[in-house]
Amino acid sequence: MALLDVENLKMYYKILRGEVKAVDDVSFEVIAKESLGLAGESGCGKTSVALTLLKLLPWNAKIKGGTIRLTGEDITRMSDSELREKIRWKRISMIFQGAMNALHPTYTVGHQITECILKHENVTKDEALERATKLIELVGMEPERVQRYPHELSGGMKQRAVTAMALACNPDLVIADEPTTALDVIVQAQVLEVMKDLRHRLGVSMLVISHDLALIAETCDKIGIMYAGKIVENGDVKYIFKEPLHPYTTKLVSAFPSVIGPKTELSSIHGFPPDLLKPPPGCRFHPRCEHAMDVCRQKEPPLIQVSNRLVACHLHGGKEA
Amino acid sequence: MKTPTIEIKGLVKHFPIKMGFFKTLRAKIVPEVHAVDGVSFRVDKGEILGLVGESGCGKTTTGKVLVGLIPPTQGEVFFEGTKLASFSEKELRKLRRKIQIVFQDPYESLDPRMSVFDIVAEPVRIQKVAKNETEVGEMVRNALEEFDLVPPEEYMYRFPHELSGGQRQRVSIARAFILNPDFLVADEPVSMLDASIRSEVLKLLLSMQKKLDTAFLYITHDIALARHMCNRIAVMYLGKIVETGNTDAVILKPLHPYTEALIAAVPVPDPTARRIRVTIKGEVPSAINPPPGCRFNTRCPHAMEICRKKEPPLEEVSNRMVACFLHTKKAKK
Repeated sequence: MALLDVENLKMYYKILRGEVKAVDDVSFEVIAKESLGLAGESGCGKTSVALTLLKLLPWNAKIKGGTIRLTGEDITRMSDSELREKIRWKRISMIFQGAMNALHPTYTVGHQITECILKHENVTKDEALERATKLIELVGMEPERVQRYPHELSGGMKQRAVTAMALACNPDLVIADEPTTALDVIVQAQVLEVMKDLRHRLGVSMLVISHDLALIAETCDKIGIMYAGKIVENGDVKYIFKEPLHPYTTKLVSAFPSVIGPKTELSSIHGFPPDLLKPPPGCRFHPRCEHAMDVCRQKEPPLIQVSNRLVACHLHGGKEA
Repeated sequence: MKTPTIEIKGLVKHFPIKMGFFKTLRAKIVPEVHAVDGVSFRVDKGEILGLVGESGCGKTTTGKVLVGLIPPTQGEVFFEGTKLASFSEKELRKLRRKIQIVFQDPYESLDPRMSVFDIVAEPVRIQKVAKNETEVGEMVRNALEEFDLVPPEEYMYRFPHELSGGQRQRVSIARAFILNPDFLVADEPVSMLDASIRSEVLKLLLSMQKKLDTAFLYITHDIALARHMCNRIAVMYLGKIVETGNTDAVILKPLHPYTEALIAAVPVPDPTARRIRVTIKGEVPSAINPPPGCRFNTRCPHAMEICRKKEPPLEEVSNRMVACFLHTKKAKK
């Protein structure tokens, strides 16, 4: 059974001009000990998915339907206090975007890690501190660093500290939202290495959210490509990068340059993503798609199994039907 | 040898650190940030040089000195063989027509209170290139068309907040190219853009560069993108160039340990080729007190005794220039 099973999830933001369909009928699953990458351009709803999983939503966001099952239990039906006691941090934790700035500047790193252990588990302060120190060592920092304030640490160190914090209560699933933006390539590689190593040693599942396909190719087992609030293709990274089926995935994959292998021409997609207040009818990608047919403008393609993955495109749905 | 469009020799730029009044009284020397410390290179007509490095390595400062936005502490900049410093303010203003820059952040580099028309027309008006306003309008319209902002009428009267990131960056590129510059600096022109839009902007830049045969300095932290854009690349570390040469030669067979680490650290969009290898530890040391000897010695896996004492000179080693004792020694043997 999947660790996390998201089905037909809908989450809209209500604003004066109407409803922004940020997450619209999204389904995916994360299998235990696997990592899934959610990729897409800015504004495609990938961060909204992550926030919905923990129900860390602003007042104007509403879950309009669908279920989020964590080993069978539906998170969408839980109350806030239930979520706080049972789910957040204990079972699902998150490394937030710009995590380097997510640390509180006036508390030491150790204090902040012990705080979340004390909030969620029945242990003494000393035990919590001991665990925090172990976690700090686990992410490759010297144990003395628990006494340090965030401003005394470099960007890479802060990122490691936040990673340690996410692991504080032995969660089953860690959501990493753009875990390495704002870090330089070499530091990014160091942090990714730590995350990969931890994943294998501790056996946690990960949901990595990033706009950088190259990063997902390096760190994840599966990938879900999002476009305008929907998942358009989902499957094993090996298959999807080698032979993308959805026209959007094809373009996106070849828009990333590589330092190895032969030089290829970088592709671009004309136009820009749609306004999610009024998404285009039919397939949301059709105004920018080179292969758009009549049916694409009228009917929304369902996400269906095609060979070794799931695709939502009429080009490929037809063959199966 | 033909005269390069732009050449810099021994460029040094130090920024003094701001201190309070009482601290300056007690301080023996004012500490300085060694942003650029002895950089030399040339860019020929029609050539694209990529300046690659991590944040804080001095690549943006180099670009700003080149276009004359900040004066160098030491060293000289030559434009078509003439020293920039020998120009008077008036002559410099004329020269600026030939030297243009595209900035990183299209959200900050366009005046929010100017329309697209005024933004693109500004260099034409300042340089008094056009005879009258109708001619200015003509030039702006052509420039916008050139950069795929069509029909120009639709974009001309908009303000920057009414444009998407990609459109804004195209406006700032149109502004840079409207006077047909001989030398263009582009400082991370696409780092703020989404992947699908990025390549469109890059293609426009490249096709314009080819058309005008501009000498082009492309500043980026992304070595994979540099590989796609540039003929030659120069890798910077803490204010110095550590390796420079033909793009393919450097990327396929890096010699300097830093270049090697930089290339190894870049994620590759191919899961079958997973190969992030972190060969170096730690982070870039402070540019206020750069380490003695080779600046990379604190992180280098091959650091030797000599690296901590003497600074390696940038020397020619098999089809490129490298500043590393590992290779300069071999070359001498």
